[in-house]
Amino acid sequence: MTIALSGKEVAAKLEQQFPTSIIESSEDSFLVKSESLFDIISFLKTTPELEFNYLSCITAVDYLDYFEVVYFLTSMERNHSLVVKTRCYGRENLVVPSIVSLYEAANPQEREIYDLMGISFEGHPNMKRIFLWEGFQGHPLRKDYL
Amino acid sequence: MEVDRARDYIYADTELDQVEGQVIEEVKANSQEVIPDPDQWLDEELEQNILLTTVDWVINWGRRSSPWVSLCFPACCAFEFIAAMGPRFDISRFGMEILRASPRQADLMITAGTLTWKMAPNIRRIYNQMAEPKWVIAMGACAISGGIFRSSYNVVPGYNHIIPVDVYVPGCPPRPEGLIYGIQMLQKKIAQRRNFAQKG
Repeated sequence: MTIALSGKEVAAKLEQQFPTSIIESSEDSFLVKSESLFDIISFLKTTPELEFNYLSCITAVDYLDYFEVVYFLTSMERNHSLVVKTRCYGRENLVVPSIVSLYEAANPQEREIYDLMGISFEGHPNMKRIFLWEGFQGHPLRKDYL
Repeated sequence: MEVDRARDYIYADTELDQVEGQVIEEVKANSQEVIPDPDQWLDEELEQNILLTTVDWVINWGRRSSPWVSLCFPACCAFEFIAAMGPRFDISRFGMEILRASPRQADLMITAGTLTWKMAPNIRRIYNQMAEPKWVIAMGACAISGGIFRSSYNVVPGYNHIIPVDVYVPGCPPRPEGLIYGIQMLQKKIAQRRNFAQKG
């Protein structure tokens, strides 16, 4: 069974490398600033004792005040997993750095989030709608859609 | 039997000829009446083997007996259709065991599943590629009205927004028996089809 790492413990390890990037951490996950998201996930992927070489899932949550993008990382080598979150505030022109250059699996999932939630990913090679057609008005999984 | 020494042979030629002549005479005597031609049985057999029908009926019989299905299985109703294809329900009894990957060889579209608006142009294209005459069975609640996804932002509320539908099979999903009943209804519909214009 894959062991879910404590967000607090991993955040404590990252403190030296990224002193101001981690906003808060809990047992389940930790929250990072979106500016340093790419560096942190790159660090989590390449550091030997963490070695998160597999991206399980990306999803997004609409909290009305802000959107939260959630990354589920897994290590096939170490057999453990981790949840990383980042936030973007407002309703329009939301931007989060893309991690397609780290994980190819992020490509369709970031497009899906853009399609249904309206968060665009900076650095994505093909940032356009995936399920809905060009010209569709709005982003249907937002709380204020309809 | 004692052999007559006067004879050179057991059977004299003349004797054989006499026997032959007797047989011929007998046959001739019994053959004065004409034997009737063997056609009396024809009346009975004709009734069994010659059908009087219309061209319409024959064409409709051919069409309804082998409706080949084109591939249009976007969602979960396809599994009930697969069950109907399988040996237990076996719709090859209706001459439709072949699923045509090419719509040009298909007569019937069984729309087994939810249709999204993004898929809708492709379904219409497949339907347009099918050769006339063609029929559509809307299978399941989603195909009839959109089902539970009717109010969704991306679901077509019924295939009849996209293509004309001949038979609606309700259910979520319909059981193979229901689908077979729908196929039989379609066969009845095809049987009533008029292929040639009525004269006068």
